[in-house]
Amino acid sequence: MIVEFGHFALILAFFVALLQTVMPLIGAQKRWSGWMALGDSAAGVQLLLVLSSFAALTYAFVTSDFSVALVVKNSHTLKPLLYKFAGVWGNHEGSLLLWVLILAAFGAAVAWFGGNLPQTLRARVLAVQGSIGVAFMAFMLLTSNPFLRMAQPPFNGEDLNPLLQDPGLAFHPPFLYLGYVGLSVSFSFAVAALIEGRVDAAWGRWVRPWTLAAWIFLTIGIALGSWWAYYELGWGGFWFWDPVENASFMPWLIGAALLHSAIVVEKREALKAWTILLAILAFGFSLIGTFIVRSGVITSVHAFANDPARGVFILMILAFFMGGALTLFAFRAGRMEAKGLFAPVSRESALVINNLLLAVACFVVFVGTIWPLVADLLWDRKLSVGAPFFNAAFTPFMIGLALVLPVGATLPWKRAQLGRAMRRLWGVAVLAASLGLLAYAVQTGQSAVGPIGLMLGAWVVFGSAKDLWMRSGHGAILERLRRILRLPSADWGKTTAHTGLGVTIFAVAAMTAWQVEDIRTMHVGDSFDLHGYTVTLSDVEKGTGPNYYTTMATMDVSRNGAHVATVHPEKRDYPVAGMPTTEAGIDYGFTRDIYLVIGDPQDDGSWAVRSYYKPFANWIWGGALLMAIGGMFSLADRPYPVGAGARAQGPKVAVPAESVCR
Amino acid sequence: MPLIRATTLALALLASPALAVQPDEILSDPVLEARARALSQDLRCLVCRNENIDDSDADLARDLRLLLRERLVAGDTDAQAVTFIVDRYGEYVLLNPTTKGANLVLWIAGPLMLLIGGAGAFAYLRRRKGAEPAAPLTAEEEKRLAEILSE
Repeated sequence: MIVEFGHFALILAFFVALLQTVMPLIGAQKRWSGWMALGDSAAGVQLLLVLSSFAALTYAFVTSDFSVALVVKNSHTLKPLLYKFAGVWGNHEGSLLLWVLILAAFGAAVAWFGGNLPQTLRARVLAVQGSIGVAFMAFMLLTSNPFLRMAQPPFNGEDLNPLLQDPGLAFHPPFLYLGYVGLSVSFSFAVAALIEGRVDAAWGRWVRPWTLAAWIFLTIGIALGSWWAYYELGWGGFWFWDPVENASFMPWLIGAALLHSAIVVEKREALKAWTILLAILAFGFSLIGTFIVRSGVITSVHAFANDPARGVFILMILAFFMGGALTLFAFRAGRMEAKGLFAPVSRESALVINNLLLAVACFVVFVGTIWPLVADLLWDRKLSVGAPFFNAAFTPFMIGLALVLPVGATLPWKRAQLGRAMRRLWGVAVLAASLGLLAYAVQTGQSAVGPIGLMLGAWVVFGSAKDLWMRSGHGAILERLRRILRLPSADWGKTTAHTGLGVTIFAVAAMTAWQVEDIRTMHVGDSFDLHGYTVTLSDVEKGTGPNYYTTMATMDVSRNGAHVATVHPEKRDYPVAGMPTTEAGIDYGFTRDIYLVIGDPQDDGSWAVRSYYKPFANWIWGGALLMAIGGMFSLADRPYPVGAGARAQGPKVAVPAESVCR
Repeated sequence: MPLIRATTLALALLASPALAVQPDEILSDPVLEARARALSQDLRCLVCRNENIDDSDADLARDLRLLLRERLVAGDTDAQAVTFIVDRYGEYVLLNPTTKGANLVLWIAGPLMLLIGGAGAFAYLRRRKGAEPAAPLTAEEEKRLAEILSE
């Protein structure tokens, strides 16, 4: 009964979204307040209905209702409760329901927090947001209904993919979706602005917090996924340039570009058309990501969902929204005349370079991701585009970005002198170069990747610190420190996020260059030396977990005779899902991880053991976390994030678009 | 992203599961082994999802690793060993795509886009500067300026 209720709520939500699309749009055109206001209530009702629907599915999972086909395929009575919850979105249909739920939540958030937006703009934003809901709910109801019943319910389920039964991965999809779908708000703002025919500083101020929030979620989601891959897949890789990873990385790159260009719109009323285009593309890449993951066209094998009918449907959604928005853009972009003027050397120009590098980097990832498909369709060539290509083709843009960042970040608006900016950063440049040279001298004969990474990372980190320090003005050190603490949190956000980028750049290079690997067979009781640490295989025993069998090793790590850690690498076998997994034994440290993996028993009674010394591993995700925290500081800078612009605009009266068109 | 390697692992289970490079595969000559490891990073495990044979647990990956080492021990250069494998398994096995034929587009797409975008950005920056109004002082302002200067 509850399941049918959930199904019914979803159908109702579809019709509410349809109302939310049509009525405010007409209302905004005809200036009918009542029709425009309907958008607000519709957004709230839609959220309530989708939430009920989601709750109903969750209920089916938690109570192990095996009359529901989706629960049978993705759950099991013995599965721990956390993964019964996570199982709701650990599959195609359920993850789409989560997608739609987050979409509705963002729509409702615009209705609730957008009180200070001009009425027509708010109505149009909600209408566009509603239309995305219509498309995705139609997709669900027609091709991917999560509420289908079984004619003959089995006694138990087939269990969730054991790889997904992990805390890191349980929360990876919700964060990623909050990011993907959050970009829909920027998209809706962009399309609404195109319909209105105007973009001004206030628009930049309204759209930026939403983009920022989406980008923060995306950052956390990507970092969680990367961290999960690191500890779960058994060799400590953290990024594979897999199409599904690229699908989340492309919106992140464009989102980062959008964040920066929206600053120029807000502060200087320039780059308007470009910012609108980025807002459209950012969500476009979210949709492309959804298409890549859900259709299976590019990946051809995926843990769940690949059905051509679904792929075609998503492609149609993509074509409709991107085609529509870009057509609108082509007709209206001419009106987005920039007002602010600036010299070729200025903060504005630096942000243009930032946007250029991020957008081209995203383009490279995009081309590399779809190239196998293109080559297959056009020339019947079956080829692969893997990590070596992306490392070679993508990295130069990031190096360029890191080189330009500290200089650009210290340039003043409007007009600047490059020489002056460089003179201020002279000390930082010398420091970064010396650190790089020192590392090169110490490491003797290894690749230059590590030292270059250290140099770039130090340049970005200390350059950001210098920028913050310079903002404190002149005077005694204590006085300057006091002033730094009182700086707007947006300044702190900028410094923190840039520092995070520097940390991640350094950590990726350090781990790539300085990792130490060891592969050997060991008898119980054997020891060996791993980069100064002594690793002992103390014990191997069999055991059982709640829904798996395990072979668990006990390995002791010591240094100069002093005990450092005891870890338990495992090989698990999930009999219901019929799948083994590797659980590495990791001793996390600030400057290094010791990463131990137990392999197969050998004929002579020994065990295969793989061990890694991973320098600065945690710094990769630490940097990502700093980027996210920086974003939060920036977000916190606005006491009334979404409405701040309206007060600056004066009276909250909808201004007819025609009278302000430029 | 991930949710990935399920298929790899499923396949690995059908045969006995093994874990990437095994101790018994490693060549006694460290120079040859280092070459084999480096080459393995660029070769795809054909039954896996975007995994190289160095990382993969699948049996096919193990076969390829052994084949590669066999060729290196037999005295092949890196290029010869890779060609040997590509001749048997097709271009699909290369994770690092060649620059042959249409693939050239793939490789120059980024730099080309940077040039186009850079030119566009340059033109935009010029326009922003060129539009700068250098409004001359009005007569009144001239008078005021003269007053200030004479004080």
